[in-house]
Amino acid sequence: MATTDKEVNELIKREYEHGFITEIESDTFEPGLNEDVIARLSAIKKEPEWMLEWRLKAYRRWLEMDEPDWAHVGYPKVDYNSISYYSAPKRKEDMPQSLDEVDPELLKTYEKLGIPLHEREKLAGVAVDAVFDSVSVATTFKEPLAKAGVIFCSISEAVRDYPELVQKYLGTVVPHGDNFFAALNSAVFSDGTFVYVPKGVRCPMELSTYFRINAANTGQFERTLIIAEDSSYVSYLEGCTAPMRDENQLHAAVVELVALDDAQIKYSTVQNWYPGDENGKGGIFNFVTKRGACIGKNSKISWTQVETGSAVTWKYPSCVLRGDNSVGEFYSVALTNNFQQADTGTKMIHLGKNTSSTIISKGISAGKSSNAYRGLVKFGPGAEGARNFTQCDSLLIGDRCGAHTFPYIESKNKSAIVEHEATTSKVSDEQMFLCRQRGIEPEQAVSMIVNGFCKEVFKELPMEFAVEAGKLLEVSLEGSVG
Amino acid sequence: MLSIKNLHASVEGKEILKGINLEIKAGEVHAIMGPNGSGKSTLSQVLAGNEAFEVTEGEVTLNGENLLELETEERAREGIFLAFQYPVEIPGVSNLQFLRTAVNAMRQHKGEGEMNAAEFMKLAKDVSKQVDLDPAFLKRGVNEGFSGGEKKRNEVMQALLLQPKLAILDETDSGLDIDALQVVSNGVNALRAEDRAILMVTHYQRLLNHIVPDYVHVLAGGRIVKSGGRELALELEERGYGWLGIKDEEAANSAN
Repeated sequence: MATTDKEVNELIKREYEHGFITEIESDTFEPGLNEDVIARLSAIKKEPEWMLEWRLKAYRRWLEMDEPDWAHVGYPKVDYNSISYYSAPKRKEDMPQSLDEVDPELLKTYEKLGIPLHEREKLAGVAVDAVFDSVSVATTFKEPLAKAGVIFCSISEAVRDYPELVQKYLGTVVPHGDNFFAALNSAVFSDGTFVYVPKGVRCPMELSTYFRINAANTGQFERTLIIAEDSSYVSYLEGCTAPMRDENQLHAAVVELVALDDAQIKYSTVQNWYPGDENGKGGIFNFVTKRGACIGKNSKISWTQVETGSAVTWKYPSCVLRGDNSVGEFYSVALTNNFQQADTGTKMIHLGKNTSSTIISKGISAGKSSNAYRGLVKFGPGAEGARNFTQCDSLLIGDRCGAHTFPYIESKNKSAIVEHEATTSKVSDEQMFLCRQRGIEPEQAVSMIVNGFCKEVFKELPMEFAVEAGKLLEVSLEGSVG
Repeated sequence: MLSIKNLHASVEGKEILKGINLEIKAGEVHAIMGPNGSGKSTLSQVLAGNEAFEVTEGEVTLNGENLLELETEERAREGIFLAFQYPVEIPGVSNLQFLRTAVNAMRQHKGEGEMNAAEFMKLAKDVSKQVDLDPAFLKRGVNEGFSGGEKKRNEVMQALLLQPKLAILDETDSGLDIDALQVVSNGVNALRAEDRAILMVTHYQRLLNHIVPDYVHVLAGGRIVKSGGRELALELEERGYGWLGIKDEEAANSAN
C-alpha cells in the first residue's frame, strides 16, 4: 500500500558516509589518452620494456573495439579523453620504505575509513594493501607474510621484483583484448595488488586491498593478480570507497585468479563506491572484469561480493573450471537504490570432468533503481559429469524499481546437470506491519528483512566482514522507510 | 483501560466500522463475535494501527492516552499486542532474532537495559514450552514453513514474551484441532492477569469453552448490536445470529 512504500523509500535515503575529499597534493596527468601517456605512465613506474610493449598492444587493440552496449544499463557516453589516467599523492622519495614515511594525511584518510595502517592499530589478522587513486600507498604485515613465503605487494612492485611470475600469468585469465574495458585496463592499469602463495602454504592471515578514489576527473584502473600454487589456500578481501562528486568517475579494474592443483582461493568484495546522489547525479561507473581459472585438478575458486555502491555496475566475476573436479562458487548480494543501475552476475565455464559450480545471487532493488542478474553456465564437450546449481532471488522495496534475470545455459555435454531456481519477492506491508506491531522501528524492520534475505551470502564472508556487510546494507537502505 | 467511542473506519473508501463503542477494564476478558464481514478483524487491525485502514471518526484511548495519534510501533510499546489471524513469514530472519529485537525495543522504551543473547535464549525457551513449541522453532525463520497451528502457538508465545497491557487475539482458534486449541487456550489463560485485558475476536463459541470471557459482544454491520455475559455466546451457538435480526444484513454484506 502506498503509505508503506513511501515509508520504505524514505528509509533507503541515507547519506553516503565515505564521501569526504582528502586535501593532498597530487601529481596528476593531463586528461587524455595516447601512446605517449602510456609510455609516461610506464616510465614513472620504472617498468621493464616488455610491460610497456604489452600495454601498447592492449591499447592498439582497444582502439579497434566498441564499448559494449548489451548490459541492462543506460549512462551518458564516457569521453575517454577527458579522463586523467594517472594521479598519485606527491611524496619526497620514490617509494615509502616504511609506514612512518607515508603522508599523515593519507594515514588519516584510511583511519577515517576504518582501515588503520599504523603498526600498532593494524587490523588484527588482516594484512592490508592500501591503493589511493593510481598508486599503492602502504602494505601492512609484509614481513610475517614473507616468512610464510607469501608475496603480498602492489602490482607495480611485482612487475619490478618478480617479473618472471608476472610475465608467466598476467593476461592468461583475462587476455589483453578480452573486452573493451579489460583492454583499456591492460593499457593503462596503474596499480593493484599482487599475491603469490607458494606450494603447500596456507596463507596465515586474511589479505585485503582497500581501494580509494580521491582525485577528481581521474579514472582508477587497478589490476589484481592472485596465484595459488599446488595445495595452497588464500582468502582475499577488497573494499572500495570514493568521495561524493557531481561528475561520474570511471573505475575499470581487472582481477585475475589462478588456482593450481588442489589450491583454493576465496575472493570477497565489499564494494561501496559512491553511488551518486538521490537524484542520480554523480557516482562511479564500475566496469570490472574479474575471472578466476581453476587450472589444477581439485582446485576451487569462490567469489563472494556485496555490491552496494556505484552509479552503474557492470561486473561478472567468473570461473573457468579447467581442472578435473574443480569447483567454482559465486555468492552475490547486489543492492541498488535511488537511480543506481547494476548488471551483475557470473560465468561458470565447465571444461574439466566432474567440475561443479554454485551460484547464489541476491538482488535487492529500492528507489527507482534497476538491478539485473546476468549469468552464463557453459559446459564444454569434455565436462563429463559436471553440474551447476543456480539460485537467483530478487527482493523489491517499493514499486518504482526493477529487477531482471538473464540466465544463459549452453551445454555441449549430455551428462551435465543444471538446476536453476529463481524467485522475486517484495518487502511486504504485512511483514512491515508484523514487525512494527511488535514494537520494532520501521528502519530496523527493513534492515532485518533485507539481512534475512541475504543470509546465505553473508555466511560466506570472512567473519570480520560479515558484520560490516550487514551494517553497510543498513546504511545503504537508510531512508527507505519513514 | 481501553475506551472506544463512536469509532468509524474504512478501507479503500468503503466504511467497515460504523460507530463502535466499547469499554474494557484491566483484568477483563472480552469476546467479540459476529458473522463474516461484520468488521471483527477490521476492529483489531485498526486498534493495532494498520495503515491500510483509515479512521474517519471517533476516538480510542488507552489509559487515557489518545491511541489514534500513535504510530503502530508506539502503540505496541504502550502495550497493544495483536495476535495475527494469518501470521506472515519473514524468510532468513530467525524467530529468535526477531523476538529478541522486539523484546529489546520494548525494554528500551521502558528504560530497561537490553537483554543479551544468552539471557534471552533462556527466557524464550521457557516460554516456548508453555505453548508446547519445540525450542528448535526459535532458530527457524519467522513463521517460515510453520503449520497453521504452529503459527498460532508462535503468536501466543510472543504475547507471553512481550507481556502486553491489551492482548488482541484475532481468530486465534481458527484452523486448530482440538489438542492444539487446548494448548493455545492454556497459553492465553496464562496471560490473564489483573493488570491486563484480553480482547478475543472469534467466529466460534468453542474457544470460549476454554477461555471463559467476562463479556461477549456481537458485532454486525460494523456496530456492536448486542452485549452480554458468557451466556450470550451459548445462546448464539444455539440460535445462530438470526434471532438478533442481523441475518439479512449479513447476507447483504456477503453479497457485496
